[in-house]
Amino acid sequence: MRIILIGDDNLVYFLSKKFVAEKHQVTIINCDPVTARKFSHQIKATVIIGDGTHPTILKEAEAEKADLILALTAHDEDNLVACQIAQQHYGVPRTIALVHDPAHQQFFEQMRISVAFSATQILANLIKKRADFEDITNFFAVDRGQIGVTEVILNEDSPAVEKSLQNLDLPAGALIACIIRQGQAFVPRGWSHLEVGDRLILISQPENYDQLLEVLTGKVE
Amino acid sequence: MKKSLYIAVIGCGRLGSILASNFSKQGHKVVVIDQDNSTFNHLSEEFSGFPITGNTAEMNVLQAAKLDKAQVAIAVTGKDNLNIMVSQLAKTVFKVPIVLTRILDPAREEISQKLGLTTITTTKISAVAFLKTLQEQLNINS
Repeated sequence: MRIILIGDDNLVYFLSKKFVAEKHQVTIINCDPVTARKFSHQIKATVIIGDGTHPTILKEAEAEKADLILALTAHDEDNLVACQIAQQHYGVPRTIALVHDPAHQQFFEQMRISVAFSATQILANLIKKRADFEDITNFFAVDRGQIGVTEVILNEDSPAVEKSLQNLDLPAGALIACIIRQGQAFVPRGWSHLEVGDRLILISQPENYDQLLEVLTGKVE
Repeated sequence: MKKSLYIAVIGCGRLGSILASNFSKQGHKVVVIDQDNSTFNHLSEEFSGFPITGNTAEMNVLQAAKLDKAQVAIAVTGKDNLNIMVSQLAKTVFKVPIVLTRILDPAREEISQKLGLTTITTTKISAVAFLKTLQEQLNINS
């Protein structure tokens, strides 16, 4: 694919590197000459110095041949207009805009931007999720995420407390591999009871993960 | 303009302040928005509208200005893209019936019109005025 990225920061840098690694043809438009020079040394991409929201600069970037444009500047208005010019003037089929004011997201999509994503919104959701599930730590994923290893600490609200494992409705692709209680770790058996404050090491397939967490915490993610 | 209108002037620079002052003097209800409240000093002493300090790109600010109640919105900030975005917001989200957009860079005029905006390209208008006045002066001197 031919991809145009507009912006000056790390997001543009890392995304461009990723696209280049995936063999896409990348053009970056930067308004700061110092950043542009830096990018041109670090990334195998065409780097153009200029205002990426300007029709002339987009022409220089051969927008009419592009399959995708990503507008990732710090200003919503610049991201919107860059995508609109690319779409209406140069017929770029897919446009992606970064939105800072979450309230603009819907409006951008109403303006036929293919995807408008709000980093603020995404972060806020992540933080909220973290806060809701602060007793859960994801350790690592094995073999490209086919199996995940997670730690959950049982609190007093957990519906699993005082129950034995055999009485829990654990999903098939999930396992309580280890219980850590008062600093002692042991591998549980079917008759093992769970207590408040237990740290459970879980092994599960991703499709069973949510159900497993629900059984242990009573919360639905 | 006999009937009193609710007019939102977005951007209180040199142009915005003249427009807002004039509308207010004509008896219209005027709200003027700018993120820099020192720009409100440009408004004339007779100005009796409401100044609102805030980022004009921000949805909350436009809501606070009751843009949904406005019959006219005029986007005259110093940034073309901002004027283009705010004008589209005014039209599509707040359903303002009349929206005028100031454009500085003539290269952005065509695309703005393609987007359905009513534009006033002030640079182009000044250029025409200069050429016309120069011609008149030359005619007088010849």
